[in-house]
Amino acid sequence: MSASLPYWLLPLLPLAGSGLNGFFGNKLPRPVVAAIALLSTAASFALAAWLFFNFSGTAQSLPGAPWIAVTGFQANFNLYVDHLTLIMLMVVTGVGFLIHIYSAGYMAHEEGYWRFFAYLNLFMFFMLVLVLAGNFLLMFVGWEGVGLASYLLIGFYFRCPSAASAGKKAFVVNRIGDFGFLLAMFLLISHFGTLDYTRIFGAIQSAPTSLTTAAYTAIALLMLLGATGKSAQIPLYVWLPDAMEGPTPVSALIHAATMVTAGVYMVARSHAIFNHAPIALTTVAVIGAATAFFAATVGLVQTDIKRVLAYSTISQLGYMFLACGVAAYSAAIFHLVSHAFFKALLFLAAGSVIHAMNGEQDMRKMGGLRRFVPVTFWTMTAGTLAITGIFPFAGFFSKDAILYEAFASGPGGKILWAVGLVTAFLTAFYMFRLWYLTFFGDRREAGDSHPHDSPWSMLGPLILLAILSFVGGWIGWPHGLWGSDHFAAFLAPVFADMPANTEASPGSHIELILAIVSTIVALLGWVFADLFYRRRPELPASLAAKASGLYKLLSGKYWIDELYAATIVRPLEVGSETVLYRGVDNTLVDGATHSIAEGALGAGGVIRRMQSGNIRSYAGWIAIGGAALLILAIEVAR
Amino acid sequence: MSNTIPTVFYLLLSALLFSIGAVAFLVKRNIITTFMSIELMLNGVNLAFVAFANHLHQASGQIFVFFVMVVAAAEAAVGLALIIALFRARETLNVDQVNLLKL
Repeated sequence: MSASLPYWLLPLLPLAGSGLNGFFGNKLPRPVVAAIALLSTAASFALAAWLFFNFSGTAQSLPGAPWIAVTGFQANFNLYVDHLTLIMLMVVTGVGFLIHIYSAGYMAHEEGYWRFFAYLNLFMFFMLVLVLAGNFLLMFVGWEGVGLASYLLIGFYFRCPSAASAGKKAFVVNRIGDFGFLLAMFLLISHFGTLDYTRIFGAIQSAPTSLTTAAYTAIALLMLLGATGKSAQIPLYVWLPDAMEGPTPVSALIHAATMVTAGVYMVARSHAIFNHAPIALTTVAVIGAATAFFAATVGLVQTDIKRVLAYSTISQLGYMFLACGVAAYSAAIFHLVSHAFFKALLFLAAGSVIHAMNGEQDMRKMGGLRRFVPVTFWTMTAGTLAITGIFPFAGFFSKDAILYEAFASGPGGKILWAVGLVTAFLTAFYMFRLWYLTFFGDRREAGDSHPHDSPWSMLGPLILLAILSFVGGWIGWPHGLWGSDHFAAFLAPVFADMPANTEASPGSHIELILAIVSTIVALLGWVFADLFYRRRPELPASLAAKASGLYKLLSGKYWIDELYAATIVRPLEVGSETVLYRGVDNTLVDGATHSIAEGALGAGGVIRRMQSGNIRSYAGWIAIGGAALLILAIEVAR
Repeated sequence: MSNTIPTVFYLLLSALLFSIGAVAFLVKRNIITTFMSIELMLNGVNLAFVAFANHLHQASGQIFVFFVMVVAAAEAAVGLALIIALFRARETLNVDQVNLLKL
């Protein structure tokens, strides 16, 4: 127990903060609420860092109290800690802490301050449970919990109907994915009799052929369904753009940096299963590449600054799935980490811009802000360069690692690499579009408001994240570029059981060439954005007019929401309304209870007449009863 | 001289008395008439008791009659006292108007 105590403290500290703020926060002054939330997260982060630097280097399973114990199946509150867990812990607590600081400033004038921090801390608790869990069931607890926290925070402005329905949409879409995860767990139980990581992965390693490929594929595909829900991949990505209804720090923490990466973490954690299911792996890669490309094209034409970032998040998560699909898990996790830095930064900077614009999110009404909000501008620039993959920012290393692994993963990988490269171009274009529209040109907004930079509680995290976005990628400086790739080396023990499914290293110069190619592509995207949005600002409108069909397709987001509404939501609504509500509930259930009640009422109405309250009528009844008894006695005696 | 009148005549008379009492109890509203009809029923039963006692040559029937008469006397005393109290309070003898405790 003593060994697992610090690990249990990690999630329990934010839970305590959440409980304090949730139960007593409305009576506490705002600084106290913020102090509780920040201190509990800071303590968690400090503990995570201490554990990280004192890690023994071997994966350990920490036993816990039994939870469910029935014949043939047992689930415990046990934890599993290895290199992957520690990296996730650092990301979750570190980025989470920075965003907590930022939130204290950003939410300073909002109603429900205590509620916000209670939810945010609750999210930290569940996310840490998800990461630390030693079995799939405990992971599922965290998995559901972060979904709950996400729902609560998307619908934070619950008086606004669009926010409330966005929260509901996120929850319902996630439930569809969770259904897949649940089925995967049932299959695991039926095949292995346990949900324990160590026992399942141990069984797979010692006897890989005890399961058929079909069984592995089924489990992996169902897990993938869960992952697509949580990580906003095709076909379940639709909730993430709407999730931008929540406060901006929430978008940064939950819908960019941490929660949405849970799917990637799950696939990486279950890599032993995925490695035995080549079809599932291919599906992961194809879904990832398709999502990356698809979301990037939609991102090109969005006008809401947060929606551009939302689609870019979906796109970057697609990269991570692509990496998982070519069994380059450590590249996926590497991109997860650097993405957490730069996407949190971008969202927080966008929040700072929105703050400066008094809540305006439409980029068409911004422009020329670089003079007014210099710190936000420079940090946003760092984030933009990082996500575009310009050397030597973080995104360059992680994205190149993915593209290189895709390229090296066989003939199909070349196609994936090409899609990834095109996506990189699109990413550069839409990010610099955002950059130019927001910070350059003339101020397009009417009125005489004076945009101003945010308070230091918001700028501090921005600067720290900007530094991380700059240097964060150096931990994975690849061998091909005369680096030593500490990141992959650190994670190697986790993924050591991987079969050699990448081609023999095609030589370091390939990696160098690919890096140069993708950098050129990113710069090309920048050049185009520069042309479209700085030098000839009339060009986008004329192009949109020329290719109006394509433009409408993109700005309508391929009408996927409408398609889902027509094919899934509407039939369900109609079916629920007519069959379930009117037919089953109103007619069958209500009808049965009503007819029973009416029967009792009718019978009572008849029998009631006997109880007239008139003594003589009672006496009459007694006389009739006595006579009847007499007659009966005589009849029986005869 | 005994058995000059067969037992069945006594029983018929007894049944007649009881029935008159019972019907009067059901029909009449005046509480004193109701009271009298109860006495009538009791006496009808008494007659049946004595008739059976004579028929079966057993004394227990006769003894039972004394008990009934004692109880009837006591009942008459208590009942009449109640009726007087009632009349003083409500100035009526109609049972249908004595309905304060009814819903």
